[in-house]
Amino acid sequence: MRRSLQFLLFTAFSLALCALLSLHARSVRAAADAELKGQVARLKNLQLTDLCLTTEARYTRHPALADRHAAYQDHPLALEHFPSGSLIMPSPHLRDAQ
Amino acid sequence: MNRSLERHLNILEFTLSSLSRRKAKNLSLLTIYLLVVFILASLVFFVTALKREAGIILQDAPDIVVQRLVAGRQDLVPASYAGEIGAIRGVTAVRPRLWGYYYDGLIGANYTVMASDEATASSDRATIGSGIAKARNLAVGDLLPLITYQKAPLMLEISTILPAGSDLMAADLIVVAPGDFRTLFNFPVGQATDLAISVRNPKEIGTIAAKIVELFPESRPVLKNEILRTYQSLFDWRGGMTIVILASALLSFIIFAWDKATGLSAEERREIGILKSIGWETGDVLLLKFWEGIVISLTAFLLGVILAYGHVFFLSAPIFTQALKGWSIIYPRFQLIPVVDALQLSVLFFLTVVPYTTATVVPCWRAATTDPDAAMRS
Repeated sequence: MRRSLQFLLFTAFSLALCALLSLHARSVRAAADAELKGQVARLKNLQLTDLCLTTEARYTRHPALADRHAAYQDHPLALEHFPSGSLIMPSPHLRDAQ
Repeated sequence: MNRSLERHLNILEFTLSSLSRRKAKNLSLLTIYLLVVFILASLVFFVTALKREAGIILQDAPDIVVQRLVAGRQDLVPASYAGEIGAIRGVTAVRPRLWGYYYDGLIGANYTVMASDEATASSDRATIGSGIAKARNLAVGDLLPLITYQKAPLMLEISTILPAGSDLMAADLIVVAPGDFRTLFNFPVGQATDLAISVRNPKEIGTIAAKIVELFPESRPVLKNEILRTYQSLFDWRGGMTIVILASALLSFIIFAWDKATGLSAEERREIGILKSIGWETGDVLLLKFWEGIVISLTAFLLGVILAYGHVFFLSAPIFTQALKGWSIIYPRFQLIPVVDALQLSVLFFLTVVPYTTATVVPCWRAATTDPDAAMRS
C-alpha cells in the first residue's frame, strides 16, 4: 500500500478513536452522574462547602472558607510550603475583597 | 481518480519519503510536540471534569455560611446568633455547624471532623471516608482511637465507611455525634464553627447577607455563588504550576516556530532548488511543506489528545495528582467523570496545529520564489 494511503488511514483511525472517546465520555457520564448524585444526597445534611482535593493545608482543603492571606501568611514573601498551594489559587471572593 | 486528489496523494507520498530521510530529527520533533499537546490536553480534561463535578457536588452547599472574625482570624460563632439570623425575613433555616481538623500523629494525617445532628449519629460511633479507612486499615465494626484535647482516649466504633465514589467530598471525613465532637475538641457549649443558612428566594441571598453584616458587623458571610466561583476559578491559569505548564508549552511552540521561521537548513534549501529545477512549481513546493507541517502537527495533536484522555480518565491523572497530593497522607482517588469539551479542543487545535503549519510554509515560500540555481548554491 502507498505510504500516503497508510498515513491517511492512520489519521482516519486516530480521528475515529477521538470520536469514540467522545462517545465513551457521553455513554459513561449518565451512570456516573447518577452515582455521584446519590453520594451527594447521602451527605446532603452535612451541607459540605468544599471538595476534598488535598488534605495537606487548611486553605487548600477548604479554599472557599479560608482566611484572607492564608497563603504566604507566615511572613511577607514567604515561599509556599505546600505543593497544592501552588496549584489552587485563593478564592475570588477573598482576592476581590482585598 | 480525481486529478487534484492524485496530485495531493503524490505530494504527500513525497513528503513522507522526505520526512523519513531525516527520521531521527523528525521523530524527536514529533515526540516533543506530542508531549506538549499531551500535557495541555490533560490539563484541559482534568480541570474541565473537576469543575463539572464541583458544580454537581456543591449544588447542596448552604446558601450562606456565616463565619465570625476576631482580630482578623476566624473564630467560633455563638449559637445565639442563629435565633436573630433566623428572624430575618426570607431565611428558612439556620444550622450551627460543628466541624474542625484533627491531626492524627500516628500516621501524620489530617482529618476533617464534622458533627451530624441526624438521629442516626449515635454516640461513640463514627462514619468515615474511604481515605481514612485505607490509611488506617479500618473496616466496619473496628475501633478508631482518637486523643481528645484533654489528652483522654476517645474510642469510636466505625458504623459506616463511605464508598470510594464519595472521595471527592469525603475522603478525609469523620462524621460523629455532636457530643463526641465537643468531647474530642473540648469545644465550648453554645458555640459553633459557623452557621449554615438556607434562604427561600435565591435572589434575596445578597440582601440577607447584608442584613447579617448589619446585625453582626464582625461576621463574614460567604455566599453560595462565591463557593461555586471558588471551584470555577480552580487551577486559575495564573496559579503556580498551571502557569509553569502553560509557559513551558508556549516556550516550546516559540522554539518550534523560531526554528521553522528563521529559515531552512542548507539541505532543505538544496532540496527545494532541485525540485524547482526539475519542473516543480512554487505552488507544489508550498504544498509539500504544507503537508510536512500537517503530518507532524496533526499526528502530534491526535495522539496527544488520545493519550491525554487515557491519562486523565483511565489512569486518574497521575501527573497532576502527585502535585495535588503533595504531603497529604489522605487523598482522594481522582476517578473523574469523563467530559470532552469540543470548544476547548478546537482552541487547542488552532493553538498548536495552525501556528506550526504556518511557520513551516512561510520560510519555504521565500526559498521557493528564488532562482533554483541560487537556492542550490546557498
